[in-house]
Amino acid sequence: MGVYEIIFWFLTVMALSCALGVILSRNPVNSVLFLIATFFAISGHYILLNAQFLAIVNIIVYAGAIMVLFLFVIMLMNLNADTEPQKNRLVQIAGAVSGGTLLLVILAALRTSTITTLDQTSTDIGLIKNLGKTLFTQFVLPFEISSVLFLSAMIGAVVIGRKETEKEA
Amino acid sequence: MQLDIAFIIEKLLLISVILLGSLGIAMYATWAERKVAAVMQDRRGPNRAGFMGLFQPLADGLKLFFKEEIIPDRSTRFLFILGPALAMLTAVMTSAVVPWGPDIVTENGVISLQVADINIGILFIFGVVSLGVYGVMLGGWASNNKFSLLSSIRAASQAISYELAMGLSLVAMLMMTGSLSLREIVEQQHGFWDGNYFTWNFFKQPLGFFIFLTCAFAELNRAPFDLPECESELNMGYHQEYSSMKLGFYLFAEYINLFISSTVIATLFFGGYNFPFMDQVAASVSPVLFAIICVLTLLTKAICIILFFMFIRWTLPRFRYDQLMRLGWRSLIPLALVNMVITGAVILWVIK
Repeated sequence: MGVYEIIFWFLTVMALSCALGVILSRNPVNSVLFLIATFFAISGHYILLNAQFLAIVNIIVYAGAIMVLFLFVIMLMNLNADTEPQKNRLVQIAGAVSGGTLLLVILAALRTSTITTLDQTSTDIGLIKNLGKTLFTQFVLPFEISSVLFLSAMIGAVVIGRKETEKEA
Repeated sequence: MQLDIAFIIEKLLLISVILLGSLGIAMYATWAERKVAAVMQDRRGPNRAGFMGLFQPLADGLKLFFKEEIIPDRSTRFLFILGPALAMLTAVMTSAVVPWGPDIVTENGVISLQVADINIGILFIFGVVSLGVYGVMLGGWASNNKFSLLSSIRAASQAISYELAMGLSLVAMLMMTGSLSLREIVEQQHGFWDGNYFTWNFFKQPLGFFIFLTCAFAELNRAPFDLPECESELNMGYHQEYSSMKLGFYLFAEYINLFISSTVIATLFFGGYNFPFMDQVAASVSPVLFAIICVLTLLTKAICIILFFMFIRWTLPRFRYDQLMRLGWRSLIPLALVNMVITGAVILWVIK
């Protein structure tokens, strides 16, 4: 077992255990911290695949921005374990059924798929130069459409934010 | 994958030197800050410990170490300790991608004066900067104090808002350089004058530089944008409940950040370790001496920028919070976008 495998298994165990920590911990702040650790483990996997750009963007966007906002909301609303609302039985049953269905679908999909062995030869596909060229030539239309989608979401957020202030004034 | 022991030892040595160096410079930055404040306010500043108060940082550190360590009863203990640790960690992590000097070519091989030359150097800095806010946020929240919480939320929203303008201002510069690697960016700024124009990015992207500088002030929580530590509104700031060396780590991390970001600004906009007539100097001295001169050049530039930060701190009054947000979102981001469009047009039609 070389260094590569050791790092791979370490990151895998870290990602899975931290992901379990997200759903099992009672305190929402701890959940967010576990999620950040999960992102770090996944970024580590990206680096192993020589996709440095994806790794760092994963950290900047998810760990650095989105999770800060999550933490922000949790801290502002002061959500704690004791203020957690009691969930009723119907919601619990519905959750169990939908989760079980998802598990079934994943199992069915996995049953027919074949697991390819880990290719350890380094590729350059994840480097920013190749990624940029692919995005702006082969996938330029989906790329631009998704940016329009983001723009509309942004404008929507601004519109929702504005309405309330106008009413108050 | 084979482990190269010599390589690891070389890198470890380099990392230790850089760490100790930044800690030392950050230590004396606290002393310089007081001296600058004293000069600007017509006082003497620290002058008891040693000649011109030069031992003052040591005395301060010693004092902080011997203070009683208090962890508030109602705080979240683990996160309370994690806060200052994260602040310190993210502060020193950025130094990994800064090229401190040119490669030293000796008979035994090439010694690089950069810990890691990754091809996404600038993005690495952004990643670490965006993580820096966690130390403040977790510390403020775990203290279980309303003022700390308000302060840490201020710090987080300020950091997120100014990161956007900071990124956009850099995009224009990256369009000129065509590379994200800090080493390549520095090498493109070789010398000072390439026959037609200045090589330093400051002269190519003046507007981008000023936007970046403003955002750096906000990211460093320095005056005039030191709203998270606004005593008149928040008692003290996010570190109100902290005592002893944990408080020391928060304060110290800010000075390390100050030094590292000054180095990054020098690297990105003022040519890093390059200086005018460097080719002539390189031809006449030994490679090791030349590398030392280059490192000293970079440090001189960084110290000049630190002094500039300090002059600003004692000159401008603090902004109001809504003014801060308006400046970030309504002025700097559109300005950075305009800068980006202009740069694009210039590259497309003028430079080709």
